Amino acid sequence: MEKQTPGGRPYKVIGTRPIRHDGEDKVTGRAQSGADISFRDQLYGKVLRSPHPHARIVSIDASKALAMPGVEAVITGAELPQPHDRMFLSGEGGVENFRYVNDRVLASGKALFEGHPIAAVAAKDIWTAEEAVKAIEVTYEVLPAVTDVLKAMQPDAPLLHEEITTETLGEKKKESTNVCRHTQHKRGDVDQGFSAADVVIEREFTTSTVHQGYIEPHNATALYRSDGQITIWTSTQAPFWVRRDVAELLELPLSTIKVVPLEIGGGFGGKIAVYLEPLAVLLSKKTGKPVKLVMNRQEVFLATGPASSTATRIKIGVKKDGTITAAAAHLVYEAGAFPSNWAVMGSMCVLAPYKMETLLIDAFDVLTNTPKVMAYRAPSSPQAIFGVESVLDEIALELGMDPLELRMKNAVEEGDRRADGPKFPRIGLKETIQAAMDSEHYKSPAPSGPNQSRAVAVGFWFNAGLQSSATVGINMDGTASVVTGSVDIGGSRASMAMMAAEALGLKAEEVRPSVADTDAIGHTDVTGGSRTTFATGMAVYEACQDVLGQLKKRVATLWELPEEEIEFDGSAFQHADNGKDPMTVKELGAKLTATGGPVMGHSSVAPTGVGASFGVHIADVEVDPETGKVTVLRYTVVQDVGQAIHPSYVEGQMQGGAVQGIGWALNEEYVRNDEGKMMNPSFLDYRVPTMLDVPSIETILVEVPNPGHPYGVRGVGETPIVPPLGTLHNAIARAVGVRMRSLPMSPPKLSAALQAKGLEAIAAPTP
Amino acid sequence: MSTKRVVTATINGTDSTLIVDDRMSLLDALRDAAGLTGTKEGCLTGDCGACSVIMNGRLVDSCLVMAPEAEGAIIETVEGLAQGNDLHPLQKRFLEHAALQCGVCTPGFLVAAKDLLDRNPEPTDDEVRYWLAGNLCRCTGYDKILRAVHDAAADLRSSSR
Repeated sequence: MEKQTPGGRPYKVIGTRPIRHDGEDKVTGRAQSGADISFRDQLYGKVLRSPHPHARIVSIDASKALAMPGVEAVITGAELPQPHDRMFLSGEGGVENFRYVNDRVLASGKALFEGHPIAAVAAKDIWTAEEAVKAIEVTYEVLPAVTDVLKAMQPDAPLLHEEITTETLGEKKKESTNVCRHTQHKRGDVDQGFSAADVVIEREFTTSTVHQGYIEPHNATALYRSDGQITIWTSTQAPFWVRRDVAELLELPLSTIKVVPLEIGGGFGGKIAVYLEPLAVLLSKKTGKPVKLVMNRQEVFLATGPASSTATRIKIGVKKDGTITAAAAHLVYEAGAFPSNWAVMGSMCVLAPYKMETLLIDAFDVLTNTPKVMAYRAPSSPQAIFGVESVLDEIALELGMDPLELRMKNAVEEGDRRADGPKFPRIGLKETIQAAMDSEHYKSPAPSGPNQSRAVAVGFWFNAGLQSSATVGINMDGTASVVTGSVDIGGSRASMAMMAAEALGLKAEEVRPSVADTDAIGHTDVTGGSRTTFATGMAVYEACQDVLGQLKKRVATLWELPEEEIEFDGSAFQHADNGKDPMTVKELGAKLTATGGPVMGHSSVAPTGVGASFGVHIADVEVDPETGKVTVLRYTVVQDVGQAIHPSYVEGQMQGGAVQGIGWALNEEYVRNDEGKMMNPSFLDYRVPTMLDVPSIETILVEVPNPGHPYGVRGVGETPIVPPLGTLHNAIARAVGVRMRSLPMSPPKLSAALQAKGLEAIAAPTP
Repeated sequence: MSTKRVVTATINGTDSTLIVDDRMSLLDALRDAAGLTGTKEGCLTGDCGACSVIMNGRLVDSCLVMAPEAEGAIIETVEGLAQGNDLHPLQKRFLEHAALQCGVCTPGFLVAAKDLLDRNPEPTDDEVRYWLAGNLCRCTGYDKILRAVHDAAADLRSSSR
């Protein structure tokens, strides 16, 4: 399984760094995202949002708005068909019930979070739409709100949904509650496991709500024609899911809806769910004109899906030699205003990197008066693994053991089981830890100035498979086109073209990749879950095999030889002993017409050979004891990437994920007041890292090919957001002797903790 | 209430006459009136830099400039960086270094970096980081952008020699 094609040949295209095919348009400003398209007769939409985190909607009076010149339509929740129960995949493993999607898109009865859509307007220009929204009169009966997960679990907490009871281990309880699901995983007798341990450490942790922070706000434009045919132009990670969701919400057949995915300005899991699309469709239906809606940044923060805040308790027991004997995890995850299963995901990630004989995991999904949580890069894994990596760091210190050796000792490998059951196939955690140990960064002396230190942490993500479709066409000059249904969010068109080029013996530049709308390609699931290069790449590979099979027949015709005797060696078709010159795909292009016409290959796949991904991060930090500001002096990401198709974009995923994780660890949080309102819904006050805040992130690519993919691909993009939380936490703890156990470790929080420690030290000096 | 007016400005070297609403920002005017959608909207509050343009030699967030203020101004946007099909060194180096993923922040970074290199042909790491700290990128983690800017600066220095 070393670096070679399935036929045993060295790669020619894979592993090189061509210019991405869509790059020119993106550096010249020609690339069009959803906000960049317009129609001459289009109307502008605007959403009226609840100012209250929790309120009963007593009445909505839109008469004044409708009377304004230029206002063409107003819609409210009453316009949506009655909600119905049907479960569906809403994100990277997230499951939702359509019953609650209606309500999320337009409130009915109650406003359940600040920013909850109450009504939407279509008008001749954006200013009229904004004025019209203000003219809609809504009477609210304000209800007590709860935004803190632990408070929401209390029996006297305000209830969001009267009909919801806890589903625990598959059974529904009787009494109404905000705890929508309790999940448990158990292995062996965990009490016995802890009593067999020499060192047992148990700690509690909290993390704040954070947002994906993509730079492009959500947008949607829709046209509902008189014949009932609908077109939606939008920047989404999942055009086929947008089509499904709109069809389900409006009770329409899928064939009436075409979704055209425009270029997308970031998503990270946050642009999977529908928000504006159904509103644009309904407003267009009422007006007969295209209707365009674009969120502003405040709306993005308030009313799209961030990642869960959490409260966790982690207990780990080890033998003196570092062997883990038992671990217990108690995980509470913010669901937001509608049922979620993000704690379920956390329960599957929390102990995944380590072997142990006994474990117990309890996970709780808890409703709060906050926007419905959606996927954010390796959703639920960072918060869960943060606590584990912190406890392991304390254990390493207690045992006097190198923190990477402790992890190596317990690292999972092929054949080990995750807590939730599945066995790992070939994975590269041990190789990754070894590469971290061998790295120049780890071998260099740790920073030893005042308030400086170094630490490490591990991260894990499953990666997804799901379904993908691709077509590969051979042009009449032997070059090729690749069409997929996977929205390109970070350079995937280049990797699709490269995999096709590798398969067909062409150059990357001889393959033109594109992304099709929902009418022009078979069903393709979300761009997310680190699945695109893996699963859509597999569809591209299979479509190329289809092409090669057809081309072989043409060669057989030309050479008047049996098809079975002809081989494609990765560059050209050959025959062992007929004396014919090898014939390349390029050369065959000109002969297609004469041998039977055009050749196009198709493939739709639902691959199961998904390869999980592990990473190890190393950070050197310095803490300013007066301000509590943390400076990241040096940072290295080491990760098993399977096989890097385009190494530059693999490095980019590792660097970008790490920087998002650094922001999560150090600064990012939803700050809420006593009423539960968000106090910082802007990029000024919600601080994502700038170029000044982070060093150049170093990367080490470990390549343990995934046997489940012809080119060894395993997902790359998500794992790198997981380790920074623990890595920076541990580095700060080692630098200043304070374990925060609460994110973000922002300057005010860290300086307060340092002051408290200073006072303590004065009160009771210890050596 | 709505008031329309005519604004004349030089955009990317071309004299342009735009009909704008008084309530429009320069960003709106560029995108909706001039049809130059390369300049992107990220926040509308001057915090993300996606709408960066150079106005009368000064780097501005076009979302914070009202359209009527552009009367008589000389404005440079991402669409003006390339000379025909000859890409600016910054554009070439961004592509070579894979200094973009989704690409929505890219126009703002390119314009801000051009403004930096117009002023300072040989910036240090810190100078690049300081100048570009007003531009948010959520995809790349910035390292490849930093490298691309340094390489483009070197290209410009050697071509002007």
